[in-house]
Amino acid sequence: MNYIISIMPSLLSGAKMTLILFLWTLIISIPLGIIVSLGLISHFKIIRAILKFYIWIMRGTPLLLQLIFIFYGLPIIDIIFQRYNAALFAFILNYTAYFAEIFRGGFQSVPIGQYESAHVLQLTKWQALQHIIIPQVSKIVIPSIGNEVINLVKDTSLVYVIGLGELLRAGNVATARDVTLVPLVLVGIIYLLMTGIASFILKKIEHSYSKWK
Amino acid sequence: MLELKNITKKFGSRTILNKLNLTIPDQEILAIVGPSGAGKTTLLRCLSGLEKVDSGQFLWNNQEFDPTEPSKDNQITGVVFQSYELFHNLTIIDNITLAPKLVLKEDNSKALQTAKQLLHYLDLTGKEELYPYQLSGGQKQRVAIARALAMKPQILCYDEPTSALDPALRTKVGEIPKSVKSFYNSKTIIR
Repeated sequence: MNYIISIMPSLLSGAKMTLILFLWTLIISIPLGIIVSLGLISHFKIIRAILKFYIWIMRGTPLLLQLIFIFYGLPIIDIIFQRYNAALFAFILNYTAYFAEIFRGGFQSVPIGQYESAHVLQLTKWQALQHIIIPQVSKIVIPSIGNEVINLVKDTSLVYVIGLGELLRAGNVATARDVTLVPLVLVGIIYLLMTGIASFILKKIEHSYSKWK
Repeated sequence: MLELKNITKKFGSRTILNKLNLTIPDQEILAIVGPSGAGKTTLLRCLSGLEKVDSGQFLWNNQEFDPTEPSKDNQITGVVFQSYELFHNLTIIDNITLAPKLVLKEDNSKALQTAKQLLHYLDLTGKEELYPYQLSGGQKQRVAIARALAMKPQILCYDEPTSALDPALRTKVGEIPKSVKSFYNSKTIIR
């Protein structure tokens, strides 16, 4: 027990990095994902082609490789990121691509008649989006977004590769130093707590959309 | 008075409407009938601005207008879709008041008052806080009529008004255009 208490501070500070990365990635990627998805369903061929290419790269290569490339590769062409910024940048680029695809599916599954009735009632495009389309899209995409959110909690462990101290790394360090698996068990429990809380919040949000069909 | 002059609409190489001329005096109820594929829906979609015509003019009281660019001071057409297309995520009352509030800039109490009158008139009192999925087909259709009328259109376009209804409701809904006319001085087009 004393041992657990003695390693908790380092684990918690690792967990703090995990949480910060997680939150900022979500806060920035979800709105960006919506914008990219609007580009994907727009009438501009060139924009669509560029965005499709971006999504192909982001979904088609491992996130780990993207992290390494951004932190170790980009300095070759004089783009230098701090470790934390590199990690955040990689996560945002990667998750925006996934979210964009989810939202594209969402926008396309709102029946065309909903757009048309908004149009004949003279709502502007923005008003239709805000009051009709985005609420309906949200309801459709929440389960898939939820999956990605949970993945994101666990994906943050990848930043060890560029030398950032997060939860899993803190656990690894303690395990190697003290020759015991206890830190890793604790790490597992902390991840479970974080994903558990995320699932709970997602369930609440899903529930709040259940009053209409 | 609504006039359509030489309206032509093509989809690719198929000509759907070929130099159509049509004059509808005020207060008139016009029913357009024809086999499926004849272009009834296309005509309504052009008139309500959902499709751009390839050539021809729309005149309202001798003033030319472009249905695809509606002006908010003078809403000419209101539409009741074949499948109603109520907004799933809004309650009945919000379905009706959304556009008057956002587009006509009516304040909340005025929009509510109009909506409640319409609901009362269409025999829907008590359904204000329900969501569309909780209504029957005939009720949804009447909400769609109320939603269109709340924008005070000059013309109400009504696509396949009785197709989705059982025979008993059909008779009832068939009465609505007549009664709506007396309520609002709108001119009604049914197809």
